[in-house]
Amino acid sequence: MILTKAQYDEIAQCLVSVPPTRQSLRKLKQRFPSQSQATLLSIFSQEYQKHIKRTHAKHHTLEAIESYYQRYLNGVLKNGAAPVLLELANEVDYAPSLMARIILERFLQEHEETPPSKSVINSMLRDPSQIPDGVLANQVYQCTVNDCCYGPLVDCIKHAIGHEHEVLLRDLLLEKNLSFLDEDQLRAKGYDKTPDFILQVPVAVEGHIIHWIESKASFGDECSHHAYLHDQFWSYWNSSELEHHHCCGSSFITAASQCHLT
Amino acid sequence: MAAVLESLLREEVSVAAAVRWIARRTQSSEDSPGEAAVLRSLRPLRKEFVPFLLNFLREQSCRVLPQGPPTPAKAPGASATLPGRPGGPPRGGRGARSQLFPPPEPPSPAAEAPLARRGGRRRGPAPARERGSRGPGGPEEGVGGESLPWAGARRLRGSGSPSSPSLALCDPPNLSNLEEFPPVGSVPPGPAGRTKPSRRINPTPVSEERSLSKPKTCFTSPPISCVPSSQPSALDTSPWGLGLPPGCRSLQEEREMLRKERSKQLQQSPTPSCPTPESGSPLPSRTGSLTDEAADPARVSSRQRLELVALVYSSCIAENLVPNLFLELFFVLQLLTARRMVAAKDSDLEPGPGVLESVGSPLFQSIHDCVFFAVRVLERQFPVLSYLDKGTLKLLAENERLLCFSPALQGRLRAAYEGSVAKVSLVMLPSAQAVSFQPETDNRANFSSDRAFHTFKKQRDVFYEVLREWEDHHEEPGWDFEKGLGSRIRAMMGQLSAACSHSHFVRLFQKQLLQMCQSPGGAGGTVLGEAPDVLSMLGADKLGRLRRLQERLVAPQSSGGPCPPPTFPGCQGFFRDFILSASSFQFNQHLMDSLSLKIRELNGLTLPPHEPNDDEGEADVDWQGERRQFAMVLLSLRLLAKFLGFVAFLPYRGPEPPPTRELQDSILALRSQVPPVLDVRTLLWQGLRARRAVLTVPWLVEFLSFADHIVPLLDYYRSIFSLLLHLHRSLVLAQEREGEMCFLNKLLLLAVLGWLFQIPTVPEDLFFSEEDQSDGFQVDAVSSEYGLDSVPVVDQQLLYTCCPYIGELRKLLASWVSGSSGRSGGFVRKITPTTTTGLGAQPPQTSQGLQAQLAQAFFHNQPPSLRRTVEFVAERIGSNCVKHIKFCQKKSPGAVRALLPEETPAAVLSSAENIAVGLATEKACTWLSANITALIRREVKAAVSRILRAQGPEPAVRGERRGCSRACEHHAPLPSHLISEIKDVLSLAAGPRDPEEGVPPEHLEQLLGQLGQTLQCRQFLCPPAEQHLAKCSVELASLLVADKIPILGPPAQRRLERGQARRLLHMLLSLWKEDFQAPVPLRLLLSPRNVGLLADTRPREWDLLLFLLRELVEKGLMGRMEIEACLGSLRAAQWPEDFSEELATLFNLFLTEPPLPEPQLRACELVQPNRGTVLAQS
Repeated sequence: MILTKAQYDEIAQCLVSVPPTRQSLRKLKQRFPSQSQATLLSIFSQEYQKHIKRTHAKHHTLEAIESYYQRYLNGVLKNGAAPVLLELANEVDYAPSLMARIILERFLQEHEETPPSKSVINSMLRDPSQIPDGVLANQVYQCTVNDCCYGPLVDCIKHAIGHEHEVLLRDLLLEKNLSFLDEDQLRAKGYDKTPDFILQVPVAVEGHIIHWIESKASFGDECSHHAYLHDQFWSYWNSSELEHHHCCGSSFITAASQCHLT
Repeated sequence: MAAVLESLLREEVSVAAAVRWIARRTQSSEDSPGEAAVLRSLRPLRKEFVPFLLNFLREQSCRVLPQGPPTPAKAPGASATLPGRPGGPPRGGRGARSQLFPPPEPPSPAAEAPLARRGGRRRGPAPARERGSRGPGGPEEGVGGESLPWAGARRLRGSGSPSSPSLALCDPPNLSNLEEFPPVGSVPPGPAGRTKPSRRINPTPVSEERSLSKPKTCFTSPPISCVPSSQPSALDTSPWGLGLPPGCRSLQEEREMLRKERSKQLQQSPTPSCPTPESGSPLPSRTGSLTDEAADPARVSSRQRLELVALVYSSCIAENLVPNLFLELFFVLQLLTARRMVAAKDSDLEPGPGVLESVGSPLFQSIHDCVFFAVRVLERQFPVLSYLDKGTLKLLAENERLLCFSPALQGRLRAAYEGSVAKVSLVMLPSAQAVSFQPETDNRANFSSDRAFHTFKKQRDVFYEVLREWEDHHEEPGWDFEKGLGSRIRAMMGQLSAACSHSHFVRLFQKQLLQMCQSPGGAGGTVLGEAPDVLSMLGADKLGRLRRLQERLVAPQSSGGPCPPPTFPGCQGFFRDFILSASSFQFNQHLMDSLSLKIRELNGLTLPPHEPNDDEGEADVDWQGERRQFAMVLLSLRLLAKFLGFVAFLPYRGPEPPPTRELQDSILALRSQVPPVLDVRTLLWQGLRARRAVLTVPWLVEFLSFADHIVPLLDYYRSIFSLLLHLHRSLVLAQEREGEMCFLNKLLLLAVLGWLFQIPTVPEDLFFSEEDQSDGFQVDAVSSEYGLDSVPVVDQQLLYTCCPYIGELRKLLASWVSGSSGRSGGFVRKITPTTTTGLGAQPPQTSQGLQAQLAQAFFHNQPPSLRRTVEFVAERIGSNCVKHIKFCQKKSPGAVRALLPEETPAAVLSSAENIAVGLATEKACTWLSANITALIRREVKAAVSRILRAQGPEPAVRGERRGCSRACEHHAPLPSHLISEIKDVLSLAAGPRDPEEGVPPEHLEQLLGQLGQTLQCRQFLCPPAEQHLAKCSVELASLLVADKIPILGPPAQRRLERGQARRLLHMLLSLWKEDFQAPVPLRLLLSPRNVGLLADTRPREWDLLLFLLRELVEKGLMGRMEIEACLGSLRAAQWPEDFSEELATLFNLFLTEPPLPEPQLRACELVQPNRGTVLAQS
């Protein structure tokens, strides 16, 4: 299914300062009943990430962290069962999972001798039962499980979508009898930047020569498209690339050089 | 010169003997004693003869060719040295032009008697007004022993024609030197008697190259954009109108003056300033009539003399006594296409008394003379002409003057044209591809640290970003490389700290250089990626025409005359500017190392030796492949050598040679200690010995063309130049012996060497001053009798690619046809480019073009050997096919398969085979089209496609399905969808939630059913997804046990039925047991957090937990001991008192229950009503 740029923009318009929660997504579904949840979630996630990238810094100043931590402490002191952390995140317009991370880091700094390593924090976010404080564990869990744009579960969902589309793509390539090297094979050969597939024999799609295919489980809006190219594929800039968009559970291929948002 | 000519005219000496004499051969027995005596007496003059002849011809023609581009000639003034005096080291070639003639004397009145100026430097007509701008080099030059009287000339005159001052007086003008001959108008015409300035042509500088060459002293013909010069002044005091205005202005000023002057001239035309009518002279009026004069063979004056000079001149050309063959041809063609004659003063025209045929009278008295002379020379140069490209031959064959003066030559040219297949195109599809990732060198293992690896990756990105930006912007007016990219490049270079990173980057740089600049298209400056798109959408039939049009538009209009300075056209400019902007010592050093290595490697490459073959057709097909490979290697070498020369001599480059001899000597002493960056002398020697000069010399010339002024004076390089000079002399085109170098190979060497000898930094007297050592030049070609030199590896395409300036001949002839040179002073191209919109966005529509692009793309990502193999097979099979009329597709695949490594993937192999078949077919067809009728051709194509269709694509090798059975249709829900769904349930349970939110009980059952399907199919399942699903399922179980899942329904029934919960737990247990392949974190069921969920439910119901624990043990999912350990640690946690007690009870219960079979366990039921806790078994 093809989503026009206008449609995308209309959806994106409704997502300005909306917290990334289940409830928001439900409202979005009611507003755009013709779009699938996956499509809406994908756009939501993408737009929200842009928002976070813009505002990320201001939540990480020492003052901000301190004030959030104090508010959290006061909140749980009053009622440990209340969704203190989640509401705090929504109130300051920040992603709950990221807020949970800030508070957890701050908490561990206070309670441990050594500053917590990133892997420890990540592990605790994945499995809050490792968090020494039961109340905080519940608060963190509530945040991560309610956040539909960030957090370990969302990351896993994104990863899974990417993988699924790679598999779909692989099947399509096999079905069309195209010879290719996949990412693992490329990596084994020592390539440092790998598209999902390099076609050993290039094909032409609508007059464009395709050397390699990169499947992205997100919308190739212009910004992210540019970023991908920049980060990953300058070495292959001769090649046209295919953007594989996930939409409505169905996949489609379009030459990215023609349009990023088909 | 004059004396020699006189001797010839008097038939004292035969032309052959004279040429032998000039060539400094040992005296032949053919020479009669009389000849020998005459010539011996002239011996001291011998060395000067050729430069004198060349200058003489230029000078004589200056009246005929005032409107065209002046003919360059780089011959040191014959007078530069005393006869017999060996050409001492020049005081640093201050640019060829400036030393073409000795520097002028101090200013002397222009009206001064000619003889007064004869002594010393014969600079009469050119007042020293240009002094000011000549820099410090000028005066010293005079000091360096050259202020001696020009004895040679005087003696000549004395012995020959004393009454003909013209020769001696008229210094051969250096018409193209702006400094010496600035454009007219710098000073208003002076009073009578003063010189009226003659117009000089002001070449438009080629801006880019300025920094590297000495633009004003370049010996080039002015490019096409020259403004027509006016006629020389009638008031010139010198016979040839060489009076020049004093003062020298900047180029810009001069151009402005030119413009003014031109408009003035147009208004006043015809010029009234002609004091002496040309009584009875056949010369046309010099009043600027725009009509061309018809040349008439019947009106040629002094035929005998012209014939004689033409003969001597041709012989000099044939013997390679002239520095640059093509320059002479250019000059001759200029004479051929001269439009009109400018009159000289009567007195000049009057022959000296009694010496009618002396050299004293002007050689060319009319256009007829010029054309006659030119045609005579061309007749003798026919072999060279016949090897020119088809376009030039056509223009020559169609030249009406040629037809008129020599129908025989015209006939031969026409025949040569018709038989020629030498279509030359200087525009090829640009291969604008980035260097593909090189796994063997670019992977992590080749870097010292992760950091270095990462840095390299980043640099690679910056490099391509910079390149891309350059492509987008470099043609925009006002865009500046340094301003736009300089700081970014330097920042990037700054990061290359480790030597290892430098070598990595240099390798990338060099590869990209080769990739982008190897083809002439890349060098032609085609904007990458655009041209092919636009062109290929137009269809195959129009493609050729369009390409020609593109060539005319894209190829530089003029390569800067017949002898342009070294340049960096097109993409090469990027790399040049990159090196300059980076200005990194380390980078340059690594680059030189890398270039040297690659040059050695390519220079030593064994190119397939040609086996003599009697079958011409096959041989022809065979040679194409060899030629192409040779061309690739040669062009790569030239490119690499050019950059090596550029970088190596960069630190020594300066605009001027050292001003004083002392300084020069000290620099020489210093530089002679520096070892050469690459031992080119040895390589040259080896090349000569192995008879591979045709490969080695062209790149060596590129290398040397960037040498600074000092280099030719260093012993090491001097010996190289000496070798090259001898080689040049030995390449006599007329000699074609067995084992000799092929004609076109020679022609290529002559062209590049001739070009080199004209480079400003190469001292101009080098060529003529070389002492007679040609006999000593014996390279014993021991290694191989049939070296590359005797293999026809050079074709016209390669010749013109390496020496685009040969194309100037064609342009000159074309401008004659277009009839425009007289008006615009140059070559005019009548193309009005119009733009169309949106061409670039459209995909190419022809399948043929697309197919070619696909093949191109295919090869790009494959190792180069694959391409070579395929092409090799295509060549061989194609030639076989031609031989036996068999066909290609049966043999090609087998051949390709045999040649490629065994591990080549099947699909690659089949594509390679198909391309080989296609290529072979195409080659066969090409050959056939040239030889067999169109009918047969069609049949060949039809047969090929029929068989190809029949063959069909090979069946696909299908990959194995992973995980699930072959029957599986992979319709199971996607893992991402399931995680998302379960996450929703978890978040509902965790809250906060709206009152109306909840999960329908059947949804949970459905969800677990789907999870089962997904786990069984596994098609889309990746390990992280499975791990998360496992973890989520455990959390789901905990929520079920604690009855924490909000169920949709009336408020009273918001809890899950006990039986339902148990059923769901059973499903989960089965999933854990049967379907999950990843480990399931079941211990989480007993984590304080999950057990704690029970704490705030009232009444607490422990039966589901106990049930779960027992099932876990029974199914072997967890051991008793493991559960006991978990329960034990649970008790250690802090709980409300009542909860602790219940937990202890549960613990005891679990412990006391023996691991009994299920029925017994089910019967067991324990109720503790006082706690409100029910441990029940259904």
